[in-house]
Amino acid sequence: MLVGYSNVSSKAKIKGLEKIDRLFNTYANSSFGMIDPEGIEALCSDLGVDYTDVRILMLAWKLKAEKQGYFTQDEWQTGLKALGVDSLSKLKKALSDLEKEVEKPSNYEDFYTYAFRYCLTEEKQKSVDIESICELLNLVLGVQFRPQIDSLIEYLKVQNDYKVINSDQWINFLRFCKEISFPDLENYDAIQAWPLILDNYVEWMREKHS
Amino acid sequence: MGCENIEFDQGWGEMEKGIEKLKRILAGEKETPFTSREYMTLYTTIYNMCNQKAPHDYSEQLYDKYKKTLDEYITSIVLPSLKDKHDEFMLRELVERWLNHKIMVKWLTRFFHYLDRYFIIQKSVPALNEVGTTCFLNLVYEDVHPTIQDIVLSLIDKEREGDQIDRALLKNALEIFVEMGLGQMNRYQDDFEARFLQETTNYYSRKASKWIEEDSCPDYLLKSEECLKKEVDRVSSYLHSSSETKLIKKVQHELLVVYVNQLLEKEDSGIKVLFRDDKVDDLSRTYRVYNKISQGLDLVANVFKQHVTIEGTAFVQQAEEATSNQASNTPGGHEQVLVKNILELHDNYMTYLNSCFQNHNLFQKALKEAFEVFCNKTVNGSPSAEILASFADHILRKGGSEKLSDEVIEETLEKVVKLLQYVIDKDVFAEFYRKKLARRLLFDRGTNDDHERSILSKLKQQFGAPLTSKMEGMVTDVVLAKEHQSSFQEYLRNNPDVHPGLDFTVTVLTTGFWPSYKWFDLSLPSEMVKCVKVFKGFYETKTKHRKLTWKFSLGTSHINGKFEPKPIELIVSTHQAAVLLLFNASERLSYSEIVAQLNLAHDDLIRLLHSLSCAKYKILNKEPSSKSISQSDSFKFNPNFTDKMRRIKVPLPPVDERKKVIEDVDKDRPYAIDAAIVRIMKSRKVITHQQLISETIEQLSRMFKPNIKAIKKRIEDLITRDYIERDRDNSHMFRYLA
Repeated sequence: MLVGYSNVSSKAKIKGLEKIDRLFNTYANSSFGMIDPEGIEALCSDLGVDYTDVRILMLAWKLKAEKQGYFTQDEWQTGLKALGVDSLSKLKKALSDLEKEVEKPSNYEDFYTYAFRYCLTEEKQKSVDIESICELLNLVLGVQFRPQIDSLIEYLKVQNDYKVINSDQWINFLRFCKEISFPDLENYDAIQAWPLILDNYVEWMREKHS
Repeated sequence: MGCENIEFDQGWGEMEKGIEKLKRILAGEKETPFTSREYMTLYTTIYNMCNQKAPHDYSEQLYDKYKKTLDEYITSIVLPSLKDKHDEFMLRELVERWLNHKIMVKWLTRFFHYLDRYFIIQKSVPALNEVGTTCFLNLVYEDVHPTIQDIVLSLIDKEREGDQIDRALLKNALEIFVEMGLGQMNRYQDDFEARFLQETTNYYSRKASKWIEEDSCPDYLLKSEECLKKEVDRVSSYLHSSSETKLIKKVQHELLVVYVNQLLEKEDSGIKVLFRDDKVDDLSRTYRVYNKISQGLDLVANVFKQHVTIEGTAFVQQAEEATSNQASNTPGGHEQVLVKNILELHDNYMTYLNSCFQNHNLFQKALKEAFEVFCNKTVNGSPSAEILASFADHILRKGGSEKLSDEVIEETLEKVVKLLQYVIDKDVFAEFYRKKLARRLLFDRGTNDDHERSILSKLKQQFGAPLTSKMEGMVTDVVLAKEHQSSFQEYLRNNPDVHPGLDFTVTVLTTGFWPSYKWFDLSLPSEMVKCVKVFKGFYETKTKHRKLTWKFSLGTSHINGKFEPKPIELIVSTHQAAVLLLFNASERLSYSEIVAQLNLAHDDLIRLLHSLSCAKYKILNKEPSSKSISQSDSFKFNPNFTDKMRRIKVPLPPVDERKKVIEDVDKDRPYAIDAAIVRIMKSRKVITHQQLISETIEQLSRMFKPNIKAIKKRIEDLITRDYIERDRDNSHMFRYLA
C-alpha cells in the first residue's frame, strides 16, 4: 500500500472536500448515492428558500445538474467548489451572489437555455408541456419582464395550436421580451423568422386591443 | 514718322470717321463698303496707339471707347426705334436691330482686334465680342425681353389655333434669347422656355378636358398623335432643340397621362369596345402612342388587365347563376361551357397580345394576372381545379359529346394545359384528374391511349414529373393488365379443371399509382368467389412477393336477366351484381336480410339498392314503392322489367369525392413543404429566413401556393426533428444539420 506524503495545501484541500462530502451526505439518499427530491426539499428548507424558488434552479445551473430533482456527488463537489463554499451558512450567502452572477449578460442566456433543458426529464424528450412552460416562464423571466410574461402565459393557456414547446420556441421567448416593444408590439414583423407561436400570440394581442 | 506718338484725340478722331461710316452703312444710306486700305488704316491706328510707350499707350482708353461707342449707338439709334413698336412689328424691328448690332460688333472687333490679342488677356477683361453682346443685353434685352416673350407666346398660340405665322421671324427672335446667354442656356430657359412650357401645359390641359368629353377614344388618340407631331415640328422650325424633350413630356402628360383611365375606359369607344369590335388599328395606335411615354404602357396594361378580368369574371358569374337558376340536364354542363368560354377568351387575347401589343412583357404579365384572378374562383362549390379536370375528362371520354376529331382534341387538351398555369392549386387539379382518369381507364371502354399519354406528357413538360408520374403509372398498369390477361387465359387453358365456368378478367393495379379506394368487406356471390381463388392461384405462379387486395367496387359485371318480355343483358358494378345475384336464391328479401348477407355499410347499400329499384331501371321492385330507400323496405325481382335495348348499363352514381380529394391534398401538402425545405437546406447549408420562405414558395409554385404560416409550421417541425437549427447568433438564419 502506497502512502503518499501530503503537504499542507493538499491536506487543506482534502479537509475542504471532506466538509463538502459531509454536507452532501446530510442530504443524500444513501441507497442511490445522490441527493434526491426529498433531499433537495430538505436542503431548501435548511437554506430558508422555497422549493420552487428560482435560486434553486440557479443552483442547479451552477452545479450543472443533469437530472431534474437530483444532484450527484460529482455535481455537488464541482458546484460547491466553484462557489467556494463548504458549509450550509456559506452556501446560503452564496445564493444571493449567485443571482447576480446569473444576471450577467454573458451568463443569462446560458442559464435560460439550461432552465428549459432541465425540464426534459424523459430520455429523447424534446419538448415541454405548456403547463410547465408557463411555470418556468414565470419563474425565470417573471421578475424582469412581468407584463410580457403575464400576457404570454395568458395566451399560452388559452390557445389550442400547441400542446408542447420546443427549445427553439423557448429561446425565442427571451428574444421576444428583449427586442419587442411592449405592449404596442410595434416592431414585430411576422414576416421575419419568429416562430409561428409568437406570430399567433401577437395576432391575438392585436385583436384584443383593437 | 512711325516713331512719333499718336495723340489720343487725334487717333480717336481717325477711328470716329470709320465708325461714322459704319453707322451710315448700317442705316442703309448710300455708302461704299470698306476698302482694304480703309480697314488697314483703322486697324493700324489702334495697333499703334496700343504699342506706344507710356503714358501714350492707350489700350485701356480704347477699350472703354469701344464700349462707349456701342452704348451710345444703342441708346441713340436702337432704343428709340423699338420704343413705339408693338407685336410682330416690334419683333421684326428687334431682330433687325440685333442683326445690325452684330454686324457693327463684327466690324468694330476687326478694327479693334489688337485689343483682343493682348489687352483683354493682360487685364482679364471680357473679349470685344462678349462686350458687344453684353452692351446689347444690358441696354436693350433687359428692357424688352418680357414684352418679346409675350409677343412670341401669343404667336405660338395663334399657330396652335390654326393660323399661319412667320416662323422664320420666331426662329430669329428666339435665337436672340439663346445668344443673350453668352454660352449658357439660362436666358432662353428663364426668359422664355419656362413660361412657354407652362402655357403649353395650360393649353393642352384645356384641350384635353374638352376632347375627353366630346371625342371617342380612337379620335382622341388620333388628335393626340397629331398634336405631338405638330409640336415636334414646331421645335425643329423655330424652338431650340433642347426644348424638345421637355415639351413633348408636358404634352404627353396633359393629353395622355392625366386622362388615361377615362380615355381607355370610355363606355362607347374605350378599350372594351375596341376589343369587342376587333379594332386592331386603334389598339395598335394605343400601344404605339403610349409606348413613347415613360411608363405609359403600364397605364394601358393596367386597363387591359382590368378589362380581361371583368370579362373572365363575367363568365364565372354566368356559370354560377345559370346553375342556381335552373336544374341543368347535364350535371356540370354550365361548367363545361365556362371552360370553353375561358379558353376562347384566352385565344382571343393571345392574338391581340401578338398583333397589337408586340407581345410586350407588360401585357403578358397583365394577361396572366387577369387570368389568375378568375381562374381560381369556385363555381357552385366546385373549385376551378375540379372544373378544369372535369372538362379534360369530358373531352377524353370518347371525344366528348360532340365527337371531335383527333386534331381538335389534341388542340383542346393543349389549351387546357395552358390554362392550368393560371390555376394556383395544381395539386388539387392533379388529384381530381387522377380520380377521373381511374374511372376512364377502368370503366370507359375505348379510351384513346394516345390522347391520354399526350396530355400527360404535355402536363409533365409544363409542370414537372411530380405532377404526372402516378398517372403515367396508371396508364401503364392498364396496358400491362391486357398482357397479363392473355397469359392468364393461357393458364386457364393449361389448367382446365380450375376454370370457374365464368368469363372474367382481372386488372392488377399498382397501389401507389392509383387513388385510394375504400375497402369493402363484401361477401361475394359464390360464382365470383371461385374466380378470385383461381386468379390468386395463377398470380402466385407469377410472383410470391406481392399482396393482392381486391377492390370489387371498381369491377364491372355482365349479368343476364331472364325477364318475361325478353332477356336483357345488364351491365352493372360488381357490388350491384352481388345484390342482384342474391335474388337467384330468394324471391323476396328484406333490407336487413340483404345487409346480413352482403355485409355492407348502410350508406353504400342504400346507394346500390336505389340504383336498382328507384332510378331509371327498376330491376327490383321495392315495397313500399316510395322514392327513397329505408331500412324497413323489402325487395323483389321484377320479372316484367324490359327496355327496348337488349343490353343496358345500370348506372351507379359515384359518391361525391370532392371533399375527400381536397382533404387528401391538404394532408399531403405539409409533406411537400417539408421535402422542399429539406432540399433547399441540403443544397444551401445556411440560409436566411426570408430566402428560405421565398425559395420554398418558388419550388412549390408548380403544384400550389403555400402560405407563410404553413411554411413556418414545417420549419418548426423540422427544427424539432433536428433536420435544421436556428443559428445561435443570427436568429434569422437557419442551418442544415446533416
